Amino acid sequence: MTAVHDAASVYMVENVLLIAIRDNITDTDIIGLQEELSERIVVEGARGIVIDIAALEIVDTFVGRILAQLSAIGHLLGAETYTVGMQPAVAMTLVELGMDFSGSRTALSLSHALRALKAKGLA
Amino acid sequence: MTSGPDGPVARVELRGERDIAAARLAVTRAMNGMGARTLIRVRFVTAVSEIVRNAIMHGKGGELTVHVSADAREIRVCCIDSGPGIEDIDRALQDGFSTARSLGKGLGGARRLVDRFDIASAPGAGTRIEMTSRL
Repeated sequence: MTAVHDAASVYMVENVLLIAIRDNITDTDIIGLQEELSERIVVEGARGIVIDIAALEIVDTFVGRILAQLSAIGHLLGAETYTVGMQPAVAMTLVELGMDFSGSRTALSLSHALRALKAKGLA
Repeated sequence: MTSGPDGPVARVELRGERDIAAARLAVTRAMNGMGARTLIRVRFVTAVSEIVRNAIMHGKGGELTVHVSADAREIRVCCIDSGPGIEDIDRALQDGFSTARSLGKGLGGARRLVDRFDIASAPGAGTRIEMTSRL
């Protein structure tokens, strides 16, 4: 495990980058995380990415936008990307904010995402 | 918990981006103390996050105060900044309007998440936003 930032823990398991984002991540931290992950996807040859946001009590438009961008970047770099663990209240709030996650793959939990990646032979 | 009939239970100075988290925490604590349900708290704290970020990024910083009604059934925040002010408030509240590189959903989104949203702003006079949520 390498902590790329105070804001998240990153593990590489069987070609899948697992990222657990911690609560109260700052704007600078999440932008830093986005940059570092983009590099690591290529350097470490990740086939899949799972971003766990279960710890996030709040996802506002800024953090939501960065998460959606992370998915898009992962996709462009050839890694299937899942955002998992979104709390129900967060999902309801994001919809009211008008945030569109339709370009991102989401899954209920880490194990759901890993099962999907395994089914595609990516993990 | 209140420091007067409707006095602030918390005050957060908004100077840098770390204060966004501090503001969210202050409001979360106040609402937990009031026994607010999760969804009501998440909606209101998300709205606070939006207006506080605006105050820091566009308003050159300011202050957030948190107020709890005497019967603890209502929470209100007041966010004041000393920035350039907003020229066209109606336009700023529309989704998609942004002067920065953002989605422009922040202010309008915040308004949808709360029970009452009042904004006063004028060019050169800063911006004051009050938001209330009933528990």
